[in-house]
Amino acid sequence: MTPILFIEQVLNGLQFGVMLFLMAAGLTLVFGVMGLINLAHGSLYMVGAFAAAAVAGATGSFLLALMAALTAAAAAGALVELVVIRRLYARDHLDQVLATFALILIFSEGTRWAFGSFPLFLDLPGYLSGPVTLPGGIEYPLYRLTLIVTGLVIAAGLFWLISGTRLGIRIRAGESDREMIAALGVDISKLYTVVFALGAALAGLAGAMVGAIQSVQVGMGEPVLILAFVVIVIGGIGSIKGALVGALLVGLTDTLGGLLLPEVFKLFMETSAASSTGSALASMLIYILMAGVLIWKPQGLFGGQT
Amino acid sequence: MKMKTLLAAGCAAMLATASLADDHKVKVGMITTLSGGGAGLGIDSRDGFLLAAKLAGNDALEIVVEDDQRKPDIAVQLADKMIQSEKVDVLTGIVWSNLAMAVVPAATAQGKFYLSTNAAPSMLAGKGCNPNYFSVSYQNDNLHEAAGAYVKNAGYSKPFILAPNYPAGQDSLTGFKRLYGGELAGEVYTKLGQTDYAAEIAQIRASDADSIFFFLPGGMGISFLKQYADSGLDLPVVGPAFSFDQGILQAVGDAAMGVKNTSQWNKDIDNAANATFVEEFQKEYGRLPSLYAAQGYDTANLLLSAMEKADVSDADAFRSALKAAEFDSVRGDFSFAANNHPIQDIYVREVIKEGEVYTNKIIDTALEDHSNAYVEDCNM
Repeated sequence: MTPILFIEQVLNGLQFGVMLFLMAAGLTLVFGVMGLINLAHGSLYMVGAFAAAAVAGATGSFLLALMAALTAAAAAGALVELVVIRRLYARDHLDQVLATFALILIFSEGTRWAFGSFPLFLDLPGYLSGPVTLPGGIEYPLYRLTLIVTGLVIAAGLFWLISGTRLGIRIRAGESDREMIAALGVDISKLYTVVFALGAALAGLAGAMVGAIQSVQVGMGEPVLILAFVVIVIGGIGSIKGALVGALLVGLTDTLGGLLLPEVFKLFMETSAASSTGSALASMLIYILMAGVLIWKPQGLFGGQT
Repeated sequence: MKMKTLLAAGCAAMLATASLADDHKVKVGMITTLSGGGAGLGIDSRDGFLLAAKLAGNDALEIVVEDDQRKPDIAVQLADKMIQSEKVDVLTGIVWSNLAMAVVPAATAQGKFYLSTNAAPSMLAGKGCNPNYFSVSYQNDNLHEAAGAYVKNAGYSKPFILAPNYPAGQDSLTGFKRLYGGELAGEVYTKLGQTDYAAEIAQIRASDADSIFFFLPGGMGISFLKQYADSGLDLPVVGPAFSFDQGILQAVGDAAMGVKNTSQWNKDIDNAANATFVEEFQKEYGRLPSLYAAQGYDTANLLLSAMEKADVSDADAFRSALKAAEFDSVRGDFSFAANNHPIQDIYVREVIKEGEVYTNKIIDTALEDHSNAYVEDCNM
């Protein structure tokens, strides 16, 4: 394997991790602040992608499409919070899992009803497509570089929002003691709606950005959702920092594992069998990583702090 | 006296209904995927099947359609329900091989006919074959074999091949290698359902491949092609029809232009049956038909042809009538091999744009009168 291939794969891992972070950040905020397990988070990712595809199809503008994804996902999130989620805070996690699972089905079939069963088209704009040459002669798709940068900027923005703004102070306070901040005159139910819509908007943005290089279709959110849960378990529930570190760890482990393990197996196995065994083991790697982290730190890497 | 008349009337009524039921009626249970991620394929299979039934206008054909949601357990429940309470004679419609494996052996063991509109796993073509099971589509390996033959004939000497790590994916690469037979630049199994192929594309770039063969059905293929087009790599791409079929081409867009793919059907196959099918399908549903729609259409026509010759209650006669396959296939020449899988031509198609619509045109024949590799293993 050449160093160029390795560096390219590290970049791929970073890009995957950064997108996972956008999913996991919303999930961990909602879980940390409101104590709510939201299985329908993947549906909001799908809503973002479909909104983007619809708007891009109508206007031809990728930026408008991204705005539409943000708005539609945030609106869907706020609506869901007001109509359904609001009634679930006091219930136990099993009820929340059941209700939000029902939401997945409603969102999936609703989307299929509105957009049909066939995947939609969402393409890259001309100015973001094609490869760029990085130092060292590495050819890397410009769009993926843009994803890495955008994701990191959003991560920085989120840290600032949580640690440096009034809304952030309220969010953190709501996480530690919701009765107390309610007593201090903060409208806790409005705060929850805002946090939920914020998480939804991040998921929707991720859906739209990833949808441009993958397929926009019903059910696209669920596989990502599982990985996002792995990320917050590794990072520690409720921690944005944990979500970022966990997402990058998962992204890099997954990408590099898929590359390296078949190579390792090829040293002592026949090529075809090695690539099949190696990739089977590689797909388990992130769960092995998760198990390892949990043995070492049962609360996750940054659990118990924000 | 009154009692006697009543009894006589009752008996007459019973006889009447019995003879009605006996009047060559065939009840078909169609289990297919109509909701969730893979719904497009099931909907096309169903629409093609129903179109053929409608055009035939045969009142003796009764069809029940149910949605398996792509879940094997639900498919099994539906099959049980259709056999036990709906009393169907024929089952059909399943898109996915894992669902077919869950339903077909049990259904044929209970004496029902199963006509496959798509799924055709090798397990049911070789040792697990059954006289009551007919695949109207292909054997799962066929299109991959054709791709292998095409790559070899086109003079490529170092293809890079990839498929998801599950039975159909492994069958796919095996099928490709069976008729390609040369050296490979690389062979990679991806995760099933994977949507990010950056890592694999980087590996292709690092290898000295001169072409790419991939089997990535549905959304996986869309993702791969879009990312491949964006990577700046420019090797010729070959694949089976699944990633280039009418239902998903619009979602892939320009990234698919010029790609060669193998299929036993395309809308430009020149025969009267196909012309009628393509025209009527567009008239009925307002879209171009796909491979799956064509397979559904042929399946219904095969069934109708058998109904004309034999009564379904006479299983042996009905089976021979199916096996004779005397219907006008939209594919042209069509017959069954000894293991009830098609002998047919497999074509090479190229993705083109007609106006605003992405579609395929046939550019070559990859394999003529091609059967499958499992005929020998089947004893029936």
